[in-house]
Amino acid sequence: MTAAPTATEVASAVRSGTVRAASVLEGHLAAIDAAEAGIHAFNLVTREQARNDAAAVDAAVDAGHDPGLLAGVPVALKDNLCTRGVPTTCSSAILAGWRPPYDATVVTRLRRAGAVVVGKTNMDEFAMGSSTETSATGPTRNPHDLGRVPGGSSGGSAAAVAAGFAPIALGSDTGGSIRQPAALCGVVGMKPTYGTVSRYGLVAFASSLDQVGPFARSVADAALCFDVIGGHDEADSTSLNRPTPRVLSVLDDGVEGMTVGVLAEFLDGADPVVVARARAAAEALAAAGARVEEVSVPEVALALSAYYLIAPAEASSNLARYDGVRFGLRVDADDTVAMNTATRSAGFGAEVKRRIMLGTYALSAGYMDAYYGKALRVRTLIIEGFARAYQRCDVLLGPTTPTTAFPLGAKVGDPLSMYLSDVCTIPTNLAGHPAISVPFGTDDAGLPVGVQLLAPALAESTLFRAAAVVEAAAPDAPGRGGGTT
Amino acid sequence: MTDGWHLVIGLEVHCELRTETKLFCGCRNMFGDEPNTNVCPVCLGLPGSLPVLNQRAVELAMAIGTALHCDIRPSTFHRKNYFYPDQAKDYQISQYDEPINVDGWLELPDGFRVRIERAHMEEDTGKTTHAGASGRIHGADYSLVDYNRSGVPLVEIVSAPDLRDAAQARAYATELRAILVASGASDGKMEEGSMRVDANVSVRRSPDAPFGTRCEIKNLNSVRSLGRAIEYEAERQIALLEAGEAVDQQTRHWDETAGRTETLRSKEEAYDYRYFREPDLVPVVPDPEWKAAVADTLGLMPAQRRARLTELLGQGADAVDGRRDQVATVVDLGLDDLVVEAAAAGVPVTLALARTANEAATDAEAARRLDLGAYVALLTMEAAGSLSATQSKAVLADLLVAGGGDPAAIARAKGFEAMSTDSLAATVAEAVAAEPDAWARYRDGEDKLAQVFVGRVMKATRGQANGKAVVAELQRLRG
Repeated sequence: MTAAPTATEVASAVRSGTVRAASVLEGHLAAIDAAEAGIHAFNLVTREQARNDAAAVDAAVDAGHDPGLLAGVPVALKDNLCTRGVPTTCSSAILAGWRPPYDATVVTRLRRAGAVVVGKTNMDEFAMGSSTETSATGPTRNPHDLGRVPGGSSGGSAAAVAAGFAPIALGSDTGGSIRQPAALCGVVGMKPTYGTVSRYGLVAFASSLDQVGPFARSVADAALCFDVIGGHDEADSTSLNRPTPRVLSVLDDGVEGMTVGVLAEFLDGADPVVVARARAAAEALAAAGARVEEVSVPEVALALSAYYLIAPAEASSNLARYDGVRFGLRVDADDTVAMNTATRSAGFGAEVKRRIMLGTYALSAGYMDAYYGKALRVRTLIIEGFARAYQRCDVLLGPTTPTTAFPLGAKVGDPLSMYLSDVCTIPTNLAGHPAISVPFGTDDAGLPVGVQLLAPALAESTLFRAAAVVEAAAPDAPGRGGGTT
Repeated sequence: MTDGWHLVIGLEVHCELRTETKLFCGCRNMFGDEPNTNVCPVCLGLPGSLPVLNQRAVELAMAIGTALHCDIRPSTFHRKNYFYPDQAKDYQISQYDEPINVDGWLELPDGFRVRIERAHMEEDTGKTTHAGASGRIHGADYSLVDYNRSGVPLVEIVSAPDLRDAAQARAYATELRAILVASGASDGKMEEGSMRVDANVSVRRSPDAPFGTRCEIKNLNSVRSLGRAIEYEAERQIALLEAGEAVDQQTRHWDETAGRTETLRSKEEAYDYRYFREPDLVPVVPDPEWKAAVADTLGLMPAQRRARLTELLGQGADAVDGRRDQVATVVDLGLDDLVVEAAAAGVPVTLALARTANEAATDAEAARRLDLGAYVALLTMEAAGSLSATQSKAVLADLLVAGGGDPAAIARAKGFEAMSTDSLAATVAEAVAAEPDAWARYRDGEDKLAQVFVGRVMKATRGQANGKAVVAELQRLRG
């Protein structure tokens, strides 16, 4: 793979008229043609629509108009983001053939900024998984090692960016589904503060945790994308009606005077090489003028258990509508209830069924308070624990994942070990805070390692400033673009 | 009370709010449109769609709470999870443990207060039509779902189990309907389903005994059905208990044609709704200013309207008791302003009330449109004796048809000139001469025999004489 241009470079060249959006697109389509068969990043490549969109961007430039911040930038969309008239499957058989009659708000915002959608990316079914292996369309493979997983659930988006299929992709992060695959694929992945990016048109997994965010090959590209997709949306009642942090303009402000807390709990149990990379990133921040100290938020040890009650509980309700009545798959049977049952039995995969059952149980009469209720109280404790740490620290730092990319099939038979790969990312979702994973070198096998930075709610500016410093100090900077040769 | 048994009844009333748009989306809230035309991704529950609360619906819910003397509180929404084809998301967004209105009361026309436990917001479901012999989901050949109603705003008003017989339950439903209409929250049309009543019914041996096991009765499409269903259900439960059997806690369906309730599902089959906070919505926290603004827009409620008339009558309990039905009638029909205006212009309240309840009420729709000035002018003429009661009623009939007019001109056109004193005296004298025996007894003090002469005079004048003037002339002759 050759180093593909960044979104910043593409947009700048297209806006100034030195490069045509059409030629940018053809370059990326050629990259897809060359490597997609082995990777399976996409459920669908929207070639024709992309060519029309690129032509429209070029026409705007020709007419003297500015197409926007992402002029001519190819973007890949996780297949749980609704696209008008274009199949949106969540990598589930139950949504086979469904074409939404509307665009998600983030899709509208990307298009308005001149972005060119190249396709819908593979994912764990309904975003339930950490390896993209629960997809009904088959697994995505890690561009750095086709025998390994790209992480998940947004594995297709992470792989697409890592493979140079698009400079930017959108994913959704419910328990780490952007950051974990970003780390495993060696790209930047960011989860915004809950409520800063609209969820309208994001097919819900766990509504109180889901948040859309960018994948990119540079922190600047992620910042650019965040600035485009963020901001209040009246169609999402949980969207914050207040100024969204603008991050692109503060990227170079540095970390002088910041306090960075290295989160002890995230280092526990992680592979030594991952721990070493995290410590090296902290040293880089110190070298750039930050005060670095070790902090402990013991409550985060409870996060995984709480998450696996809250997220399935919400999912059991969110996924009830896939009943064969109005859209998607229908398996006919003698009466309505039998049809519902047959449809759901055939349409959902094993992991989705497992979580629906978990969540249904957690909400059942007699068990509700012991499980779901207690999990909500733990969630409050975690928020309080982070608040304590943020009294001293501006950002927290740790590994994104305990390990680098694992081989395909290594964990599919052992759900618990699969769940544990999200142990460092889940606490942020429960707290609703922003976090970002930045590539920081590789392990001995050459597999990417991600370092995670966490910040308090709405402190995206601080987060991106620190991320830019870490990125600049990364061992293999600046030539990211896929590590395979 | 049936043969020593006592009923306990609580009602749950669902009321569709009269908003332009649905509770969580911008689709039209309109009954009777072509099926599945007022739909969008939100009310169809399409993947990725999200609800946004309709502020007008909240205001109407607050109006209902205010009219029912409720405490209006910060509130949240929950999801009520159950599978049903007309339930687009397979969960209903409803208020659960933190409803917007709690702890109110409703006063029946007889003064009895029914406690209101809560009045909360929720969304309506779609409407399923089952094709096939049964007309219900069991045994249907196929079913059609219309999602126009999906997401229509509802307020569910839950009474305490304070009602004690079918008549009281009917009175409650009637009064509540009047309040919902008066507050502008609903059109109260039970036949179109914009007001739907479920009844919880149980029986016990003594009014002090603990409540018996209750059954919930659904599908009550009129106030009359409500009364019939309660009576049937009470008798069913009493028969069971008297036979030594137990009442099963059940949800039962009222079959209007058969006139009986049938098991819909037992307690064991009851759904586990798995309520939890709706993560797609934020709490609703009405501030004092908002509450005050809603209260300010609220007109007089029926109970206040009745109190206003009772106060005008103002002659002690007896006078009021005898006219309670008239007061209830004019308020029910929305004609009380006619009485109040006439009284303000000096017409005796009893006359204004009687004409309004007995005559104007025969065509309430026309009476609500009637020119107040014309009505007051007519009653003033009648009160002054310029028109007899019979003449006044005839003029009123014309006024109602025309929506107004000059009552004096109408009376003249009908030839209703007030009789001159001389010609009245002559007619009365003729009547006296024709009934010598009655006259003798009247002269001896049998006042009620005045009616004999009034009757003769009325007959002679074809009802145009003023009865009071005739009596006055008789008294003058008696000396």
